[in-house]
Amino acid sequence: MSGAATGETAGVEWRLAAPLGLTYLAFFAAPLLILLVMSFSVDDNLGGFSLAAWAKFWGDPFYRGVVWDTLRLGLVTVAMTTLFAYPIALLFIASGPGLQRLLLFIVLLPLLTSVVIRTFAWIAILSREGVLNQALLALGLTTAPLNLLQTELGLVIALMQIEMPLMLLPLITVMRQVDPSLSDASRALGGSKWRTFRKVILPLSLPGWIAGATLVFASATTAFISQTVIGGARLVYLPTLIWQQAMVVYNWPFAAVASVTLLVAVLAGVSLFAMLGRFARTTA
Amino acid sequence: MPSPDLALPSDLQSQPLTLDAISHSYGESLAVDQVTLEVRAGELIALLGPSGCGKSTLLRIVAGFINQTSGRVVIADRVVDTLPPNRREVGIVFQSYALFPHMTVAENIAYGLEARGESKATCRERVKEMLATVRMEGFADRKPRQLSGGQQQRVALARALAVRPRILLLDEPFAALDKNLRLDMQIEIKRLQRQFGLTAILVTHDQDEAMSIADRIAVMSKGRIEQLGSPVEIYDQPETLFVNDFIGSSNRFAGVVESAGEGTYGVRLASGALWQVASRKPFAPGDRVVATIRPEQLVLTDQATAGTIPVTLKLSLPIGGELIHDVETGAGEAFKVAASRRPGEPVSPMAATHCALAPHARPVLFPQPAA
Ligand SMILES: Nc1ncnc2c1ncn2[C@@H]1O[C@H](COP(=O)(O)OP(=O)(O)OP(=O)(O)O)[C@@H](O)[C@H]1O
Ligand SMILES: [Mg+2]
Repeated sequence: MSGAATGETAGVEWRLAAPLGLTYLAFFAAPLLILLVMSFSVDDNLGGFSLAAWAKFWGDPFYRGVVWDTLRLGLVTVAMTTLFAYPIALLFIASGPGLQRLLLFIVLLPLLTSVVIRTFAWIAILSREGVLNQALLALGLTTAPLNLLQTELGLVIALMQIEMPLMLLPLITVMRQVDPSLSDASRALGGSKWRTFRKVILPLSLPGWIAGATLVFASATTAFISQTVIGGARLVYLPTLIWQQAMVVYNWPFAAVASVTLLVAVLAGVSLFAMLGRFARTTA
Repeated sequence: MPSPDLALPSDLQSQPLTLDAISHSYGESLAVDQVTLEVRAGELIALLGPSGCGKSTLLRIVAGFINQTSGRVVIADRVVDTLPPNRREVGIVFQSYALFPHMTVAENIAYGLEARGESKATCRERVKEMLATVRMEGFADRKPRQLSGGQQQRVALARALAVRPRILLLDEPFAALDKNLRLDMQIEIKRLQRQFGLTAILVTHDQDEAMSIADRIAVMSKGRIEQLGSPVEIYDQPETLFVNDFIGSSNRFAGVVESAGEGTYGVRLASGALWQVASRKPFAPGDRVVATIRPEQLVLTDQATAGTIPVTLKLSLPIGGELIHDVETGAGEAFKVAASRRPGEPVSPMAATHCALAPHARPVLFPQPAA
């Protein structure tokens, strides 16, 4: 009896985690290991040892360019979602329960539709004859239709809408927990609205932003469908490259190198945001 | 020691604050109803009232966080209604203290000074001075979560006072403190308010707090000010039954006015006793009234006279230095009598058959409420 009691107080019951742990081991860690071994193999039978695939990937400026483009796509998408998420989050915090429900519904809408439908909808909006160009032409803001499809700008616009909930939900959750009298205190002490945002709300919302930025970055860099459908053949990112190499060219070791690179790139981005957050928190 | 180039608190001119017929409704519901209140320069007024009577709303209107539906806020002859909160020079201390959790104590205190564009040197100087004022030297580099409730309260005060506000608003600043600390902080706030010559409004629903700290008390109910007066006036001469019941404890007796003359009325109570009661309110013979009397203005006796009520003693409880007697009339009306307790006096047995007004007693008359 005393054993059970100390077991309870001494720590968590680790055996409860066993099912999930084993599942992870079998379906996550093991494939990763195979992937890593594959990238050093001669062919897709995991036979032999060779650095050829790695040398080919990193020796070619085109592939290095793909890595850089992928990272940049993630960073730009994070920056743009941040830019739009903060005003929406501030509006959400300031509004009453009715408007909050409506806003939340609009924000969640992208999550409730299939990624394929969302992406094709964006084609209808962004194409030369699309809604956006029609509107710009009608307003006289441009004389010739803008080319948005198959450009990074168009892709970022589409990704931004799709990833917005991932940024907004953690942001709103954290900002809702910030005591509203902190803003009042700042205002009463002579702080302008902008100062109140910069010095009080922004630093206190950082944990939410870090979570959101991490999700958006990880999701934007790996958004295969949006990248291929909107980016088309002109824009190549790592997920597209992996798919081509694995399913079209059947060069599995090379695809494995690209996969490992993507994984490391995403992890690097994610830890960058965590570091940024910690840095901003200590200096704010 | 504050350096000579800093504005010394004593240089500051106290300024009056006037609320002129302020009303505010949230949508349909009226939260503040035609409140007019003149706070004199350097005066501390306590807003006292039950939960939901509109105290915080009124304070938020003065601070500029919400715009009143109608009425004006005037600070020293200047209507401030169009000024945003950051230009009103009104300091506010919240119940939750609202210290910025990601800043140190010093940064918290410097916040308002930096917002005003004061130089680094001035900020440092003033922070030091304010820390000394609230006796928190040595805590400059702590984060708010590393402080006790009372310490956080002091920092919140220092932060509000660092920018030398003209008006100080306090919204239940002691609610989160335990009793002893509360008393310390009350004294502290009173001291700082005097020292800085601040015109202040303190919101509370603790009547003892209002009585001890305020120059005048405004008792609020349902968005209106029921009575404004000094603590003694409010206690001794409540104008309405609501104020009478809300402040201190008191006994109610139903009765009928029998005779009227020169501001004194003969009131026949239901128990048959006849009380002579002075009142500034006019009554006519035959009016049904309620006479109220504080427990400490009644005494127990065993001699019957015209003004005594026959009672039976139910219970006697020693509460601190007082002895509270729970008594009942023949008709079943229960009320309380308080007497100061002599040390060593036996608590229970007392041969009392009647209850009389003490010599200094001042019963108060109200018209019988309608319902
Ligand atoms: N933001 C709001 N929206 C709608 N109604 C509100 C809002 N804030 C307060 N009220 C209502 O206005 C009335 C007055 O509220 P207020 O907060 O001023 O009361 P209070 O006297 O400060 O009460 P307490 O002692 O509980 O703090 C209440 O009936 C309350 O329900
Ligand atoms: Mg309140």
